[in-house]
Amino acid sequence: MSLWSVTFATLRKDIRLEWRSKDALNSMLFFSLLVVVIFVFSFDPLAEESRHIVGGLVWIGFLFASMMALNQTWARELRNQVLDAYRVSPAPANALFLAKALGNFIFVSVLEALMTPLFVIFYNLRVLGPAWQLIPVAVLGTWALVVNGTFFAAMSLRTRSREIMLPLLLFPISIPAVIAMVAATTAILTGEDSAHFYIVLLLTYDVVFTTACLALFETILHAE
Amino acid sequence: MKRLFPIFSVITAVLLAYALYQALVVAPTDALQGDVYRIIYYHVPSAWTAFLLFFINFIASIQYLASAKESTQKAAKWVVIVIGVVGVIACFLPQVQHLLPTGMRPSAVATTVLAIPAFYFFVGKFFPGQRLDVLAVTSAEVGVVFCTIVLVTGPIWARPVWGIWWAPGDIRLTSTLVLWLIYVSYLVLRRFSNSAQTQMLAAALAVFGALDVPLVYFSIWFFRTQHPQPVIGGGGSMDPRMLHVLVISWMAFLCFAFLVCWSRFRLELLHREVEEAHAMKSLVGAGAAAKASVPLNRRPQ
Amino acid sequence: MPVTDAIPQGLPIVTVKNVIKQFGRFAALRGVTAEFDGGRFHAILGDNGAGKTTLLRALAGLAQPTQGTISIFGKDPEAACRDIGYMAHPSLLYDEMSGMENLRYFAGLYGIAGDGRCEEVIRAVGLDPELARAVGQYSQGMRQRMSLARAILHDPRILLLDEPFSNVDVNSAREMVGLLRGMRDAGKTIFVVTHQALLLEGVADEFVWMQAGQIVDRTASIARAGVP
Repeated sequence: MSLWSVTFATLRKDIRLEWRSKDALNSMLFFSLLVVVIFVFSFDPLAEESRHIVGGLVWIGFLFASMMALNQTWARELRNQVLDAYRVSPAPANALFLAKALGNFIFVSVLEALMTPLFVIFYNLRVLGPAWQLIPVAVLGTWALVVNGTFFAAMSLRTRSREIMLPLLLFPISIPAVIAMVAATTAILTGEDSAHFYIVLLLTYDVVFTTACLALFETILHAE
Repeated sequence: MKRLFPIFSVITAVLLAYALYQALVVAPTDALQGDVYRIIYYHVPSAWTAFLLFFINFIASIQYLASAKESTQKAAKWVVIVIGVVGVIACFLPQVQHLLPTGMRPSAVATTVLAIPAFYFFVGKFFPGQRLDVLAVTSAEVGVVFCTIVLVTGPIWARPVWGIWWAPGDIRLTSTLVLWLIYVSYLVLRRFSNSAQTQMLAAALAVFGALDVPLVYFSIWFFRTQHPQPVIGGGGSMDPRMLHVLVISWMAFLCFAFLVCWSRFRLELLHREVEEAHAMKSLVGAGAAAKASVPLNRRPQ
Repeated sequence: MPVTDAIPQGLPIVTVKNVIKQFGRFAALRGVTAEFDGGRFHAILGDNGAGKTTLLRALAGLAQPTQGTISIFGKDPEAACRDIGYMAHPSLLYDEMSGMENLRYFAGLYGIAGDGRCEEVIRAVGLDPELARAVGQYSQGMRQRMSLARAILHDPRILLLDEPFSNVDVNSAREMVGLLRGMRDAGKTIFVVTHQALLLEGVADEFVWMQAGQIVDRTASIARAGVP
């Protein structure tokens, strides 16, 4: 029973459960639509200005939407204490972590794919820099959010009022990633700077924290 | 040890008063900034003290995580030794030498690098078991207080000198703020945890925070920095009399921090003893009451 | 700690040494020391808050003792997890999936391939593997059986069961006791935490009495317990 077979079995199970209930996915979709609409009412810039601020708006929107997904991550495992069934099994703890992180990555990516066109339409965006670079920024940035988010969601299981604990733990640690995502996106949209440095920074962030999460997840999972 | 505490308190009080006198009266007025610059005698020593305390917290957290299992403890020991050896050798390599700021001798840097493993083993030796965690929580709490002083005095100084309260793109300001945020969330986690292994969770978070700080630093690297260049080792533009006062202030602040940590450490130890005593007693009363009421229960023989 | 020698031989396979489990200002276990023999049926009895469930969770490796050690077949509980089957008070099953889907997933965690073993244990607890209904729509008795099926999926040598008969009608409970008796006769070591001690009269080999986080007595029969 290797790490990856358990990871994919767990991922498959999560997607199947999500597909059957759809409650998290539907509420997240509606929530992200609301975020975009609220932003549109709050900021009504000219096309030129919007290039400079949309990088920040988009990522704040994604951040809020992904909080919903991350808080849902472990909710299903807590019902009927199914998490205990995993913990008494010989399956590696990191397989569970990877499955949850990949699951969140997929959910948040779906959200982003749906929110991005809305931002483009409402803000009348046209990319002036190399647009293809937005893809690595989106992938690395999303992974940066969900890998630590999944970890801290697991940590906040062991706290009172866990839903409020997640952002309190996650946001301070995520600041460098958020800076890099926003700065890279702005650089690409305006075409004024190179986003290269920030992409490398995001990559470093992802590698460092994925390693740290895998090294410490077992401790967190068993900290009862 | 207990008898030393009042003596040390008196010494600290005298030293703080002396440092204040030096800072306000003896130190010369800055040619450009005027008297407002004198706030650095509180600002800079607080910052150094806070960073030192966060460093202690980091080392104690690593030690605590490593001490959970014998294998990790051994591995961590070797990693720390390797870091020390490689660090010292690297300081003398010509490729690395010109990365060092001008005016810093490699031998001085090597000594500093050597201090890391030395400190790691010192902490491991003198703070066994749960005391590591007590040390971690103590240094985090006191560190947050000093870091708050830094964040409050900084804008007070910046307003008249820079003309703005806060420079969002500044490396040191932002890194310090993020550091403060991380350690506040660390303390919040400790307060809100209902796990029996809060110590482990907190230690893990401390490690995450320590990994985050360099990344914060680099993420702001690209912005132009508005902060005055470091006064120590950065070209030595500071009047030696000012430097003298700054060092005295720092000594006073260190003594003060040590004093607060010491009493907080003792308090936390006592607090845990009380918790444990409560815990061991918590069931006795309940058990005795239940004995009479629930028929299923059986008398001990 | 009064550990009676009234029960005849068998080898101790579970050793608990001075275990304390502290949750902040509350200690669920206050120095439990005991040895349990293999191939026997142990019933753990006591009031609410006596520490029964915590002891069971510590044996399963779910709760790390604050102090003291537990060894199962000479190993840590976590290292011995393939030998332990754990059934908790909640079902430990996903409500939205059918019994078979649940077991298929958990079988994967133990590296058991194919549906054969899953069908076998579902039949063993008296349910139908073809049942497509989601576990959330099962009756309480069916859910408990499915939960037991999950616990015995990997054919463990030790079974830890927390309140397996609660909210179950008397007939289902008796059937489950019969199942457990059969497993004991097949050489399994069984620990059951329960309030319905009478159900186990004449079935359990040993009754372990807990009170206020300690084991206060171990007897071979329920007779001296007073009232059920």
